[in-house]
Amino acid sequence: MFRMHRDRLKHGGLSFQRIMQLLSVAVFNGYIVGFQKGMIFTGDLKMVCVPVLNCYSCPGALGACPIGSLQATLGVKHHFPFYVLGLMMLFGVLLGRLVCGLLCPFGLVQDLLYKIPFHKHNVPKKIDRPARYLKYCVLLVLVILLPAFAMSKSGIIPPYFCKYLCPAGTLEGGIPHVLLNPQLRKVAGVLFDWKLLVLLFIVLASTIVHRPFCRYLCPLGAFYSLFNRFSFFQMHVDKSKCSGCRVCERACPMVVEITKNCNSAECIRCGKCKTVCPTGAISWGFTGNVAAAVPKTVDTADKV
Amino acid sequence: MTRIKAMTLARYGILATAITLIVVGLARNEQQEVLHKAVKICLECIGIG
Repeated sequence: MFRMHRDRLKHGGLSFQRIMQLLSVAVFNGYIVGFQKGMIFTGDLKMVCVPVLNCYSCPGALGACPIGSLQATLGVKHHFPFYVLGLMMLFGVLLGRLVCGLLCPFGLVQDLLYKIPFHKHNVPKKIDRPARYLKYCVLLVLVILLPAFAMSKSGIIPPYFCKYLCPAGTLEGGIPHVLLNPQLRKVAGVLFDWKLLVLLFIVLASTIVHRPFCRYLCPLGAFYSLFNRFSFFQMHVDKSKCSGCRVCERACPMVVEITKNCNSAECIRCGKCKTVCPTGAISWGFTGNVAAAVPKTVDTADKV
Repeated sequence: MTRIKAMTLARYGILATAITLIVVGLARNEQQEVLHKAVKICLECIGIG
């Protein structure tokens, strides 16, 4: 607790995670003119995918969303998406799910919603563990298989995940455009209502459960989770310092069994465990010491 | 081969694969496809179209 308080004081009351999240929002959505005029950025910078789930139709977006781009590339010409997949793998192998914990704007939204004083609920393990596989299904079916193989009658392949599920697109793109553009307001129909409903559901769930979208639905988180074990950025628990108090596990928003596998696929590297550890046993960083990256005990149940 | 060596190999292997994919993608001008999609308001993405 003292360490957490000290860390907050260092940064003027904001945690390191919050500073990084706010910086990331400012950098990835820094096109202020877009919000003033209800338009989007059209510069060449948009050919570069950002590492996070950030709708490219957001008025402030300066880069492209990797999930949207992946669907677009797969859907338009049905060819292998070398460029987008390469960028996603690069982000994954460098950072793993650090992107989710420290950089994702929608992660910040969920973190802030969870701060609302409301009844908090721990999802029972029996439901939580299998439900975490849902995000892999979303990635495989909505992001890869349907855009690659399913074509509508008009011959156009919609970005299925963006169209029917993505709450970040509704929040960052849909709502601002509908508010700023009267013409779009007129054509918003059943689909927009559905997307609002999905967003509302996730917003409400976020006040009760920590990061429900990241845990159960996010296809980008699912993709990066495959790289958590191999990424250059690693978490490390010094077994000689660890007292086994499990304060870290109680503080973890993703309910990771840190003392068993600190580089679990579910770890979003938000740094909460590191902050609360009373003995300073947990560290992170780009490691040249590969031994630090190899979990001494791997709990298969935690590899979800 | 020890687990540590395997991990290092996998890590650098993935990095090399990622860089290769990006280079191939750039050579195929795929970045223009991304740009083409990203500079228009995607009505489907925002729940309008």
